[in-house]
Amino acid sequence: MSAPTDLNIDHVARLARIALTPEEKTRFSAQLTDVLAYIEQLKEVDVRGVEPTAHALPVYNVWAEDEPRPGLSVELALQNAPVQRDQMIVVPPVVE
Amino acid sequence: MAERFFQTVGELSGALDRRELSAAELTAAVIARTQAVDGRVHAFNSFDAENALSLARASDARRAAGAARGPLDGIPIGFKDVIAVAGQPLTASSKMLANFVSPYDATVTRKLQDAGAIPWGRLNLDEFAMGSSTENSATQPTCNPWDLTRVPGGSSGGSAAAVAAGEAIVALGSDTGGSIRQPAALCNLVGLKPTYGLVSRYGLIAFASSLDQIGPFARSVEDAAITLGAIAGHDPLDSTSVKIEIPDYRAELTQRRGPWRLGIAKEYFGEGLDQEVAAAVQLAIDHYRQLGCEIREISLPHTKYAVGVYYIIATAECSSNLARYDGIRYGHRSTAASGSIDLYGQTRAEGFGAEVKRRIILGTYVLSSGYYDAFYLRAQKVRTLLRQDFLNAYREVDAILTPTSPTVAFARGEKAANPLAMYLSDVYTIGVNLAGLPGVSIPCGFSRDGLPIGLQIIGQPFQEAELLAIAQAYERGHDWHTRHPEL
Amino acid sequence: MNYEAVIGLEVHVQVKTRSKMFTRVATGYGAPPNTLTDPVVLALPGALPVLNHAAIELTIKAGLMLGGTIAPVCKWDRKNYFYPDSPKNYQISQYDQPLCVGGWVEIELPGSARNVMGEHKQIPLTRIHLEEDVGKLNHFGHESLVDFNRAGTPLMEIVSEPALRSAEEAFAYLTALKAVMIYGGISDCDMEKGQLRCDANVSIRPVGDPVLGTKVELKNLNSISFVRDGIAQEIRRQQAVVAAGGVIVQETRDYDGQTGESQSLRSKEQAHDYRYFPDPDLMPVHVDAAMRARIAVTCPELPFAKQRRFQAEYQIPYTLTSVLVADHELSDYFEAAARLSGKPQAVGNWIVNDLLRELGHGKVALAAAKIRPAHIAALVGLIESGAILNQAAKEVFAAMAQTGEMPDAIVARAGLKVETNVDQLEQWCREAIAGDTRALADFKGGKDSAINAFKGPVMKAAKGKASPALVDATLRRLLAAS
Repeated sequence: MSAPTDLNIDHVARLARIALTPEEKTRFSAQLTDVLAYIEQLKEVDVRGVEPTAHALPVYNVWAEDEPRPGLSVELALQNAPVQRDQMIVVPPVVE
Repeated sequence: MAERFFQTVGELSGALDRRELSAAELTAAVIARTQAVDGRVHAFNSFDAENALSLARASDARRAAGAARGPLDGIPIGFKDVIAVAGQPLTASSKMLANFVSPYDATVTRKLQDAGAIPWGRLNLDEFAMGSSTENSATQPTCNPWDLTRVPGGSSGGSAAAVAAGEAIVALGSDTGGSIRQPAALCNLVGLKPTYGLVSRYGLIAFASSLDQIGPFARSVEDAAITLGAIAGHDPLDSTSVKIEIPDYRAELTQRRGPWRLGIAKEYFGEGLDQEVAAAVQLAIDHYRQLGCEIREISLPHTKYAVGVYYIIATAECSSNLARYDGIRYGHRSTAASGSIDLYGQTRAEGFGAEVKRRIILGTYVLSSGYYDAFYLRAQKVRTLLRQDFLNAYREVDAILTPTSPTVAFARGEKAANPLAMYLSDVYTIGVNLAGLPGVSIPCGFSRDGLPIGLQIIGQPFQEAELLAIAQAYERGHDWHTRHPEL
Repeated sequence: MNYEAVIGLEVHVQVKTRSKMFTRVATGYGAPPNTLTDPVVLALPGALPVLNHAAIELTIKAGLMLGGTIAPVCKWDRKNYFYPDSPKNYQISQYDQPLCVGGWVEIELPGSARNVMGEHKQIPLTRIHLEEDVGKLNHFGHESLVDFNRAGTPLMEIVSEPALRSAEEAFAYLTALKAVMIYGGISDCDMEKGQLRCDANVSIRPVGDPVLGTKVELKNLNSISFVRDGIAQEIRRQQAVVAAGGVIVQETRDYDGQTGESQSLRSKEQAHDYRYFPDPDLMPVHVDAAMRARIAVTCPELPFAKQRRFQAEYQIPYTLTSVLVADHELSDYFEAAARLSGKPQAVGNWIVNDLLRELGHGKVALAAAKIRPAHIAALVGLIESGAILNQAAKEVFAAMAQTGEMPDAIVARAGLKVETNVDQLEQWCREAIAGDTRALADFKGGKDSAINAFKGPVMKAAKGKASPALVDATLRRLLAAS
């Protein structure tokens, strides 16, 4: 496991799309470093031959038949939209 | 006789059937109580009295026509503000969803409505269900009705406080790492987290998908059984819900009398456990012994890793589940941004509180390139070992007894500054979610300061009937659960 | 230094289901904006996905048709990235355990001439997996408008090995892949409707060098022609860079079909970190031998296999089979007619020439055509037996197209039947011979072509309804005997 100080908070905040203030970056970095140090102890566990718990129950092929059902009316679909026009949701231009 | 708003579903449904009171009167009493005390308790984010009364009148009409739907018909039930009710706010106690109104019903909402219950109010919580004290709410902290300077626990603090204070007869909460059981313990209530997959998650704002479950807060084990019966069952809209026959949990209570083999995990009685809590739990264990139960010491050797495993898996899943909160289709959208990337960053910075941000950052980190194997994959493997610990124990015992919380209700602000300390207070409840097992907390005493203490009973997968019977066996010999706070 | 191009294609195909991949609201194209949504599509708080059974089976079918190996166990993963057209800001996809691995697409390159079959190659596939489509962003200068109708539509991703070597091969690959998907009823592959989208990975390397060059991803290839042109342009661009001593930069480029040029998309922060992890809301899929067998039975004959079989079984030429096989309804139609008539070449010609022209004029779909295989078989039978002449046959065909009547009825009603009364025919021939003594003398004198002089009058007397071969034979018999 990598050392807890490997937390590059700028990079991770960018991945998570949260604009942290400098104060938050410092504070969270310290707090999460504590948590990660605590989590280090998981390294001790012998997990050889252990399957990860993907799902608690060995269930598979959970699906539904291809029968269309009514969806939301446009009114309900857009009732919480912050900005809309022509029945579509307005977003600022996408610039990478 | 207690005031109507402190009575149980068991008592009230009888009274309703005997026409000793109407659903409208009951609802009005609950509304009045809420209006009288919530200014101090702050259990509610919002409520719609008119709507509740209108549903109550409909219930009365059904009953008058001989068409009452069962014991929950006409009972006002509080909803943690993460469970969707069409036409009502769904805020997760977050600025991100402060103005969001749900256009659809959660499956449990539909099922409770089919049972005639009255969805009553939107109950406060730690924002996005992340916390153990309800201090992380963007609305305001909820106060413990037993001592208003203290926390009710979390994340379902509002649900617990409402039932404890008489502002709802029963309430629904959600439990990902203890968020029903711990507040139940701190507020002198029965709080049940069902086996993972028993109750549909469709319409529950997702925190950690593989851990979340909806469950009831109630004043008696019987009430918990009645409510569970109404909400449990396979849902085709939730692929993780299980196809299983749902027993009549209430009827089963009288069918199962024990005695049982009960396990005491030595790892749960060590450092950090408050002495008064330990003493109360010990008395409870003694009581079971007197009932003829065999008490066995068991070991759950991977217990100390549970909090670490939880904070990897839960944060990883929540970092992905909360990605949808971006201000595009609904919810808060920042007006301070330019361009889409900036819009996401600003919106989420403004919309989320500190604890939510911390967990998203941690979860993003543990999933990020180069760290997946070391954190997430490893945590899922240790999780398997944790579950195996319990299943091994269940070869020897029928259920496991533990304290629910290492302390009684703590003061507001006491743990807020130290996230790790807050996380460690989940130590007894977290393993149950990781293992997907059912767990219930029941009142088992009070501290010298008059603060409630909870006993947790952990059951076997899908054996809620047995679990509740074990819980009721204790309840039958005590009256803790009949006490109410002075407000 | 000679360079060769190495191309891999990533094709997304919308699977033709009635409801969406992870929820049961209807799929559709061209509906008013945001009318095909529900809590799951919009990623409302609390929504959960549920797999579409048919989408899985159609994808298995595609995998079987392409010779792939269907995984006994596969699962669903979250691909995490933020974009306004992606409601959850993660896409449910398949990362390390896809539904299908391997397989190949058989392609045909252009031949040396139109009627010569070109080289066939097998282009190996890496994998096929299932995921969900995103919404549609409509750009309007200073803002974008998002329509989520398309979001959640089942999308099959087909990844080829980097085994294509030219833009022409890429074109052939897409043509062949489309044909397979349409044959299987898996997708309509209409690129204009976004039902098939293609990204290309292009690199070059010295011929014979086993190491792959730096690859460039080419996006926005919105039609099959653009795919071919864009790849060709990119190969030229890379060759020019290398020739000038430069180095190929790994990047993504946006192709503009109007200008024929591509532009580098402003580089994103390194490669995306998608933070894949198994979706906790969905259960794995197990495909056993029984399910595979059940789906295998529904797989139709593949286009090239059908083409080879037509050539062998019906002895019809390559160009004819190419047209017939391009549309599987048409090929079924042809086979029905060929089997009824026993004259596949003739039937084939009537179909690809006359029937297709007729349908084109009237903008009629094959299924709605009044002329059915039995009509064509019967018509060919009448011609082969000499009952009617070719010219009359054209008239009959036109009439059949209008009315749907069988040819016999039309022939009878219009009196088109060739005169078969040999006595009557002989009478006309005698009269014709008697009526032209000079031609008779020429013929007797050894000028064989003089016989043609009699044929006009005979045909006139027969009102055109006489078999030229029979007329010729009858005249010769009479002339020989006179």
